[in-house]
Amino acid sequence: MLTLSGALRAAIIAHARADHPDEACGVIAGPAGSDRPERFIPMTNAERSPTFYRFDSMEQFKVWQEMDDRDEEPVVIYHSHTATEAYPSRTDISYASEPGAHYVLVSTRDPDEVEFRSFRILDGVVTEEEVRTASSDGAPE
Amino acid sequence: MAIEVRIPTILRTYTGGAKSVEGSGDTLADLIADVDSRHTGLQERLVDASGLRRFVNVYLNDEDVRFIGGLEAPVKDGDTVTVLPAVAGGAR
Repeated sequence: MLTLSGALRAAIIAHARADHPDEACGVIAGPAGSDRPERFIPMTNAERSPTFYRFDSMEQFKVWQEMDDRDEEPVVIYHSHTATEAYPSRTDISYASEPGAHYVLVSTRDPDEVEFRSFRILDGVVTEEEVRTASSDGAPE
Repeated sequence: MAIEVRIPTILRTYTGGAKSVEGSGDTLADLIADVDSRHTGLQERLVDASGLRRFVNVYLNDEDVRFIGGLEAPVKDGDTVTVLPAVAGGAR
């Protein structure tokens, strides 16, 4: 299960809407081992594409070093699909490289309806998980 | 002195869980071969017939090696090489 604050959920959706029709991507960092997404880090999609995303390599380097320095890890890795459902594609599965992360997908195909789903992707196997929105003190919103 | 190679979580199965390993060589290719001699399989995950794998980022100190010669980039004692899998995907 992924538990995150309503504010972080809204921030991901806002980023996805803002970059539409290109795919948006980013990270939510949290204390290592905590499984708590806390620090929202929108990333540049170096591909600037409606069907593909890739973190800019230098930006990724800086962000990963910063997380290392702060004893954080990427708790959530998110990206948007702009014309298809919020489910990992074959490409998403083959490049998934953070075994500990929650992979969040947002679809912006419908301007009025939000699709926000979370998955574990491990050794090519996708497992959907429940998303729970809670305030920062853990109480349900 | 040696060259420190920082290993991402997903490749630590090759290093017995270690976050970094040490190696030596004159170029990045030499260094990877040297590290692979003690951590077999790592090279295969980083390099294919055409060079560095497309979805692996390798940094020499704070530069992406793709911009400084790729596998031919010269390395020396005291350098730090960081490996990060690219974060990528998409609808297709």
